[in-house]
Amino acid sequence: MIKRLLLGGLLALCVWSAHALTPELAARIAAGDGDDRVAALQQAVTAGDASLAPFLRALQDGRVWLKGGQALVVAEGQAAPADAEEPMLNNRMRREIDAALAGLDLLSPERATRARALATLRDDADASKLALFERALAAESDAGLRVQLNALVAGARLSSADPGQRRAAAAELAGSADPATRALLLDKLSGETDPGAKAAMQKAVADIGERLAWGERAQLLFSGLSLGSVLLLVALGLAITYGLMGVINMAHGELLMVGAYATYCVQQAFRAWLPAAFDYYLWLALPASFLAAALVGAAMERTVIRWLYGRPLETLLATWGISLVLMQAVRTLFGAQNVAVENPGWLSGGWALLPNFTLPYNRLAILAFAALVLVGMALLLARTRLGLMVRGVTQNRRMAACVGVNTARVDTMAFALGSGIAGLAGCALSQIGNVGPDLGQSYIVDAFMVVVLGGVGQLAGTVYAGLGLGVLSKLLEGWQGAVLAKIALLMLLVLVIQKKPQGLFALKGRSVE
Amino acid sequence: MKKNLLIAVAVLTLLLPFLHLAFPPGHALHLSEFYVGLLGKFLCFAICALALDLIWGFGGILSLGHGLFFALGGYGMGMYLMRQIGRDGQYQSDLPDFMVFLNWKELPWHWALSDSLAGQLILALAVPGLLAAVFGYFAFRSRIQGVYFSIITQALTVAAMLLFFRNETGFGGNNGFTDFKRIAGMPLNTPGMKVGLCVASGVALIGCYLVARWLTQSRWGRILQAIRDAEGRVRFLGYDPVAFKLSAYVISAMMCALAGALYVPQVGIINPGEMSPAASIEMAIWAAVGGRGTLIGPVLGAFFVNGTKSVFTAVWPEGWLYVLGALFIAVTLFLPQGLMGLARRFRK
Repeated sequence: MIKRLLLGGLLALCVWSAHALTPELAARIAAGDGDDRVAALQQAVTAGDASLAPFLRALQDGRVWLKGGQALVVAEGQAAPADAEEPMLNNRMRREIDAALAGLDLLSPERATRARALATLRDDADASKLALFERALAAESDAGLRVQLNALVAGARLSSADPGQRRAAAAELAGSADPATRALLLDKLSGETDPGAKAAMQKAVADIGERLAWGERAQLLFSGLSLGSVLLLVALGLAITYGLMGVINMAHGELLMVGAYATYCVQQAFRAWLPAAFDYYLWLALPASFLAAALVGAAMERTVIRWLYGRPLETLLATWGISLVLMQAVRTLFGAQNVAVENPGWLSGGWALLPNFTLPYNRLAILAFAALVLVGMALLLARTRLGLMVRGVTQNRRMAACVGVNTARVDTMAFALGSGIAGLAGCALSQIGNVGPDLGQSYIVDAFMVVVLGGVGQLAGTVYAGLGLGVLSKLLEGWQGAVLAKIALLMLLVLVIQKKPQGLFALKGRSVE
Repeated sequence: MKKNLLIAVAVLTLLLPFLHLAFPPGHALHLSEFYVGLLGKFLCFAICALALDLIWGFGGILSLGHGLFFALGGYGMGMYLMRQIGRDGQYQSDLPDFMVFLNWKELPWHWALSDSLAGQLILALAVPGLLAAVFGYFAFRSRIQGVYFSIITQALTVAAMLLFFRNETGFGGNNGFTDFKRIAGMPLNTPGMKVGLCVASGVALIGCYLVARWLTQSRWGRILQAIRDAEGRVRFLGYDPVAFKLSAYVISAMMCALAGALYVPQVGIINPGEMSPAASIEMAIWAAVGGRGTLIGPVLGAFFVNGTKSVFTAVWPEGWLYVLGALFIAVTLFLPQGLMGLARRFRK
């Protein structure tokens, strides 16, 4: 008994009453009728006492106790005082406290804290905090945050009792391009009675809607271009092996897969031995995926494809066989499940241009990478000795052989080059999608579609076809759904082959069949 | 001599399933139900290989979309079998289960004939035939040849597969049709029915073989082979290659559809997976392994490849794709004439 009394006394020493904030106000916040508690909270927030924030945090953490009509705060890690009651916190009260804390954070000297508070308050601007917002606006020095604060103040004014203020606020908000602002306006619009304010709000909603529509259109165009760059990257290798050399390579998709798995291996090696440099693993993965796929390609050419030149149907069947073997080999080595390839830190996240239009960094990187590979390949074919020999051999094999070109070697090198580019594409794909044994199967039809549509033996045509197909398929997807869009594109391929078997952008020639 | 041997093999094959009925289980000559089913499946596959060979081996047209015709024939039969379930389904409704599941109140229009076996069989053959006629007409008229034809037939199958995967198309989505109970009022799971379907497949194979033989030995067949070897020259001689290629393509598609219609009641399921590009390319390898340009070859090839597949999936499942891949490579590189060519070389 004595022991308990002693303990109670000790506890009382650790407990201090919330005196900086008036004790009456603190008690009204902690207990009583819901509306009164909220009103008391708002009164305290408007007063802006420095001790309010610690008190509210303590309340949230369950460290405030009620005893004899007073709110007592205990220090962290201490037990509750004897016969104290726990204050009740319902969802409404919790929300109010969160908002109040964020409102107080608006006055914090730290810019990051203020930015976080703004983000919290964005969906919750009401007239009661208007005084606080205006004080924060007067104190705010950062230009970016001022813009957001202005919107917040305007949002709070929308709930003001004065119709003139509401109208002015609506006019100010019309300059925004934020879906959240539009939702707020629509919400307030439904309860609006003043005709002038109503008209101003309707105009603001329409203005924002228009600006958002641009964001959506830009998003659609970007996702189309992004898909187009992926298709282009996937098809570039095929543009050499099929477009220039005429080899129907059904294992092209599996060369992508080899590149993606090479990336995975490099990633695992970095994780095991160089975890500090993990962010830079892609720089090693690129050459590794190129080499791995090029080696597989060279082996394919030397052992199988070489014997089948001029027999496209046989090539098709044999390369299909190779693709089955490669797929099963990957299943044996890495298992049938997908493996996880992580984006390095600098590729995750995105660049928010508009509130509803974000450019993910990995997609941007792939766009740039596709352009880079395209330029590199064009230069290689047009400006180097290897490119000259490849073009010579594909245009007139016997003549090239007569002037001393080792055609067999050129074939192997060209095929390895095309395969290596497929490997690079696989490395890029590993950054945006799943890496598994079936990776290649999902791209092979698309890749052939791009090359066939673009016209055989034509890099420029491949570019038009890749980007065009990407944008077109995203447009169709938005209109009719992904499956029907895919079906429509396949039918388009069938139609194009019917009308122009040499591709849409083919060079004009005079061959008989 | 060769002819007599063929007839003997055919008769033996037809009699084989009866061993299931004639001898009790445990008897040395008893053929288990599993093998009756397997034989029936192989017979259907052999029809597909024969159909593909008719246009590839004799017409030089490699279609990579015959899985579509096979599946369409199967779906045609499947619709009838679904209706035969009656009220015995999961939901005890007049409508097939998947329609109840999708909350449909009545049969869609394309199910109009699904109560009659004859009507549905005609549909199962006519729809693939018509599709082949329309698609082939435009393709051959535009003089699409070789690999381009292979690619567009493959694109067609992929498009159809995606279409059939949709629930709204009205063919059970990606589950397809299954859980069949009876055909023409008789239960499907009796030994007699299994033997009967197997023998029917055998008869169909022999019928298709005889039709193909008659066709290839006729004037029509010789022109088809001439088109395969030099289409330009045949055209300059005054023949219209479109008519010959198109008729061969349509006949081949209908044979495949017949195989599909016989296949479905035996395996008890049909789903869009049959339209996957891989399934169609596998048919090509049956024909290639057996030997293109002969009629016995593809039948042998279908039995050989699928027999090997059965053995591997039982003994070493992971190894099967290696073997199949190696088959594709080896046949194209070393055995362009297939098993028949190998046999011919040995005889010499």
